[in-house]
Amino acid sequence: MKSVWKSSGLEARFRFLMTGSRMIEQSRVLAHFCGNRNLMKAEESRVPLPEGSVSPRAQSLPAASHIVPQSDPRHACFFHIRRYGSAPGHSRVVKDRRFAELKDVDIAHFRQILGDKGVVVDSDELKVANTDWMNKYEGHSQLLLRPRTTQQVSEILQYCYAGRLAVVPQGGNTGLVGGSVPVFDEVILNLGAMNKILNFDEASGILVCEAGCILESLDNYVGSRGYVMPLDLGAKGSCQIGGNVSTNAGGLRLLRYGSLHGNVLGLEVVLADGTVLDLLGTLRKDNTGYDLKQLFIGGEGTLGVVTKVSIITPPKLASTNVAFLACEDYVSCQKTFAQAKLQLGEILSAFEFLDRYALDVVLKHLDGTRDPLPDSKQHFYLLVETTGSNQLHDKEKLDAFLESAIEQGLITDGAVAQDISQAASFWKVREGVAEAMGKGGAVYKYDLSIPLKDLYTLVEDMRSRLKDSATVVGYGHMGDGNLHLNIMAPKYDNELLAQIEPYVYEWTAAAKGSISAEHGLGFMKAKAIHYSKSTAAVQVMEGFKKLLDPRGILNPYKVLPSPSESHVISEAT
Amino acid sequence: MKVLVAVKRVIDYAVKIRVKADKTGVEMNNVKMSMNPFCEIALEEALRFREAGKASEVVVVSMGGPQCVETLRTGLAMGADRAIHVSTEIPLYPLAVAKLLRAVAANEQPQILLLGKQAIDDDANQTGQMVAGLLKWPQATFASKVYFGDKNDVTVEREVDGGLETLRLQLPAVITTDLRLNEPRYATLPNIMKAKKKTISKLTPEELKVEIKPDFKILEVVDPPKRKGGVMVGSVDELVDKLKNEAHVI
Repeated sequence: MKSVWKSSGLEARFRFLMTGSRMIEQSRVLAHFCGNRNLMKAEESRVPLPEGSVSPRAQSLPAASHIVPQSDPRHACFFHIRRYGSAPGHSRVVKDRRFAELKDVDIAHFRQILGDKGVVVDSDELKVANTDWMNKYEGHSQLLLRPRTTQQVSEILQYCYAGRLAVVPQGGNTGLVGGSVPVFDEVILNLGAMNKILNFDEASGILVCEAGCILESLDNYVGSRGYVMPLDLGAKGSCQIGGNVSTNAGGLRLLRYGSLHGNVLGLEVVLADGTVLDLLGTLRKDNTGYDLKQLFIGGEGTLGVVTKVSIITPPKLASTNVAFLACEDYVSCQKTFAQAKLQLGEILSAFEFLDRYALDVVLKHLDGTRDPLPDSKQHFYLLVETTGSNQLHDKEKLDAFLESAIEQGLITDGAVAQDISQAASFWKVREGVAEAMGKGGAVYKYDLSIPLKDLYTLVEDMRSRLKDSATVVGYGHMGDGNLHLNIMAPKYDNELLAQIEPYVYEWTAAAKGSISAEHGLGFMKAKAIHYSKSTAAVQVMEGFKKLLDPRGILNPYKVLPSPSESHVISEAT
Repeated sequence: MKVLVAVKRVIDYAVKIRVKADKTGVEMNNVKMSMNPFCEIALEEALRFREAGKASEVVVVSMGGPQCVETLRTGLAMGADRAIHVSTEIPLYPLAVAKLLRAVAANEQPQILLLGKQAIDDDANQTGQMVAGLLKWPQATFASKVYFGDKNDVTVEREVDGGLETLRLQLPAVITTDLRLNEPRYATLPNIMKAKKKTISKLTPEELKVEIKPDFKILEVVDPPKRKGGVMVGSVDELVDKLKNEAHVI
């Protein structure tokens, strides 16, 4: 590859970094200059796979993978596809040369700040921290830091900022878009040791805690005092509130309690240069100036590191009912949802759906799950939950709703949980889908917001598009218009991926949906933002990034198309 | 053949029990109540008898205040044909329940009386045995398997401390159910709808000619003592000394 460059003489000027929209622009240039398709293939195969790596991991480049240069074979191709990361999926991301390499003197400095316990260089522990929950992305950071106080976080970031060391903030590492693990060797800043609950006001339900608190622990804590956390997700046993806030996690109860943008009252954030930004208000209403915390909620750790959270928790109501319903087709599901909103009204607290394929996967791969409706083999299943303060009143409403749904033929069957254990087992079926999917081989996950009437059409489209090469499964938070499209295959396969992406994103964009409803962009969709946001919007976002993190050390290569790319491309022209 | 199933309304198995501040009992306000899990298993077994063609009618009975009706509705929603509510506000303990059940059984004349082996609130494990004694019927408790014979008998495998014991009983008989007997079904919509039309007949202890006097009075309900941390001892002599003088066990 090197000899090709040198002979072409154009190496200095063309350094191709593939980004979604840029690729589309550059594609004509590429097609003109880059010759031989065979040459391209030779490039890729010549880059050796490191020993022991699983091949090939999923990549996530839209458009780019479809560019087939066609023209004159006399011109050589000058892709600079040098792989710095060990996971094949990073083959088209280039490490930002401006970041410093970690040195022993840096590690010594961190030891001074954190003590030996807070500095982890053990390879086994690092491997775990370097790998995401789905086992899809693996970085190779050489250093994991575990601060215990905001002051320590500030000192760490101050040092990293000065020395241009890239940092990945990490919580429970349960994210599904590779946002919580390094791409190359960024230093991992894990907040797990900052897990104190600072204050809980039992009169108002306002909780103040550190970012490393595990969601389930918080739920238990406020639960014993008569409140519930306003969000609930399958990962609750491992995910941390700082990560939830940074990703604006949605979950199962968004329908009832709203999003974190509304429930978070305040944050304490440490900026890239170590500045501690105290926005930790505990007031329900505070319209004094711009609401800065909203930037960090959903900022995915790229604008600042969340160290403390102040959140309002709703009261824990006594009466919960869970029903598991069967529907013949998606249209019935929609109508059932409309009825549910009408008849259950304020007590509706969750409305989830899963298709037959999802149910089969869960029953097959997850221990201890039980088919709630063994006698009904239907195509769609709904899980409806009500939460209220009066058992009698709620039961009446639920009964009335179920009766009318059956009479109108919207549902063909259903089961109502008679006690807490039965309710938990219904929920286990729905919550266990993500985990069960992982056990069946490779999974490609997509989290999309689509207008309700078209939600399932994408699933059917993908099914007919992929035919026997993969199993296409649809489930999700129907009440929020959020589809989780999962495509299962025996192993990760680039050809299959090419069939899926960018089709899924283009489809969603055409339907005016969002390519990431709640999972965020992370690394997986870092170059796909243009499918859901305008260029002007992305430019303003990049402005914020430059303002709050001019050196780009916080969680690089994620969320927005890399600033280094725009920098380099402009250099070339 | 008619099967009579006795069910009890208890605090839901998954709820964390709290003792009331005044020590008169446990917190019951705003706490989720459900059918006792062993009673659910008993009812499920009765329904399976009916589905296997061995029983023609499954009747479910519960005793206590008006909220018992909720539990009976669950029973009907699972598939019982008919329900009986013995209505009383007097606190009921196993012997009183057994006497009332004897009276109900005398009216209903079931061939099998099924109960859960114990209730999860008092863990008494007495009612089934007592009512069998009062009725002078054979009993098989902690059933983990029930087979029908062809001479108006049943064979029951029971879980006992030493393993499994198999008994054959002549009907009518009393059987109490243990955890591994079956997995209760969920209440499905068609049955829930049908349940609304099924009858719940109401009886009182007076009508059944049973006099209930509380057998005993609850003086105090407290939390068990918190588990104390262990202590490391330095030598065998120290251990013996502690066992003798502190724990008083030797």
